[in-house]
Amino acid sequence: MAVGAKQLTTFMGFERENGRVGTRNHVLIIPLDDLSNSSAVAVEKEIWGTRAVPHPYGRLQFGADLDLMFKTLSGFGKNPNIASAIVIGIEPNWTQKIADDIAKTGKNVEALSIEENGDLKTIEKASRFAKKMVVDASEKQRKEFDVSSLVVSTKCGESDTTSGLASNPTVGVLYDRLVDEGATLLIGETSELTGAEQYFAQKMVTPELKRKFLKMFDDYTKELTSKGADLFGSQPTQGNIRGGLSTIEEKALGNIQKAGKSPMVDVLEYAEEPTKKGLNFMNSSSAAAECVTLFAAAGAVVHVFPTGQGNVIGNPIEPVIKLSANPKTVRTMSEHIDLDVSGLLRHEINLKEAGDRLYKLLIKTASGRMCANEVLGHFEFAPTRLYISA
Amino acid sequence: MIAKALIHAHPDFVAVATDDISKGEEIIAVFMDDDKQTSVRSKEDIALGHKIALRNIGKGDRVIEYGDVIGSATKDIATGEHVHVHNLKSLRWQ
Repeated sequence: MAVGAKQLTTFMGFERENGRVGTRNHVLIIPLDDLSNSSAVAVEKEIWGTRAVPHPYGRLQFGADLDLMFKTLSGFGKNPNIASAIVIGIEPNWTQKIADDIAKTGKNVEALSIEENGDLKTIEKASRFAKKMVVDASEKQRKEFDVSSLVVSTKCGESDTTSGLASNPTVGVLYDRLVDEGATLLIGETSELTGAEQYFAQKMVTPELKRKFLKMFDDYTKELTSKGADLFGSQPTQGNIRGGLSTIEEKALGNIQKAGKSPMVDVLEYAEEPTKKGLNFMNSSSAAAECVTLFAAAGAVVHVFPTGQGNVIGNPIEPVIKLSANPKTVRTMSEHIDLDVSGLLRHEINLKEAGDRLYKLLIKTASGRMCANEVLGHFEFAPTRLYISA
Repeated sequence: MIAKALIHAHPDFVAVATDDISKGEEIIAVFMDDDKQTSVRSKEDIALGHKIALRNIGKGDRVIEYGDVIGSATKDIATGEHVHVHNLKSLRWQ
């Protein structure tokens, strides 16, 4: 029992120039394309306190795929967890465009191109900028903010029966509380809704949003099935069935327990920044690293990740809180799990207590407590691709 | 009698075993939304993570879990029986 414990409704965060609030204070080194990874990683190695996000893309992409790639890169720079950023690209035009987009937030941003300079001059110049940025960022103090300033995301992975039974509903309790307290919440995993999409559609606050969501769901699943994916035939998996799951509806309903009971106030495209407080749905892959990358690009500052069998995922800029109710996972993979809620299965705690523990951990994490992923160096950056390259 | 199952919501027809349940064992099942309890005597062994029927379910009836439909019964299911792929099927296959 909480002995007259004061309700935690504030956290200590970093205020950015545009008024948004971050939970981390990173100096980010963004390679615009695969060719610039080498320089970006060299700066990260040279200058303590910087973080690079290397990736294999950014060349000969086009249309919506190119737009999403750049939206992902600039979204990372704009995220309130970032104090300042350096963009490095092979050629100057696009490099400057991404830097300008990030600079709209009022942050300090530098753009460097490798053409006509070579890697070594670029690395030196970027390192000098980065050194100053890290010192400047270190002057920034955490201040007290209301929980309503937080943008929180959730996605589960390596799910098993303990996920639908305990860890996902625990996130649902957290989400309901955060909605009540005025925070902005994100949930996604479009394909994993298969079987519960109509139930999910009922959560939409307007008929327009319901139509938008169902079209988004249909388009996504049609694209998958047109390429040969067998969404119904493969679900639930043999492992799911051994664990006790019987139907795709049951699996999907277990998954969406994370959303809690609140209505859905908006339906967002990939990496689209939420503008409404409350529960938002974002079109997204169900692959863990891709999904969390899209949330971080949309401005989420803390992620909550329930896992059954034990997923080890992290993100370079958005801390990932992992919880599990599987007693074996919390024992065998303890270094990856931030919160053990296996007591729910032993009837030692109830759902409300589990939700309270997760809420307290979220506040601590938002205030600077490090997650397992950050200490272990799990910084998966996985931009979503829509098309093949030209 | 000890608690060995959780029920997601009050309308549910099934509870989920939080421990292995033996045939003939009477167990407590706890509602997750308000901690109220009910009891059920198991008619067969039910493994952790698997479902036990809290009521008689007729062939063709829609089965409720999480307060929503998870499929339909392919045969009559008696209170205390194991509910799984042998007697429950998805509605999405029709």
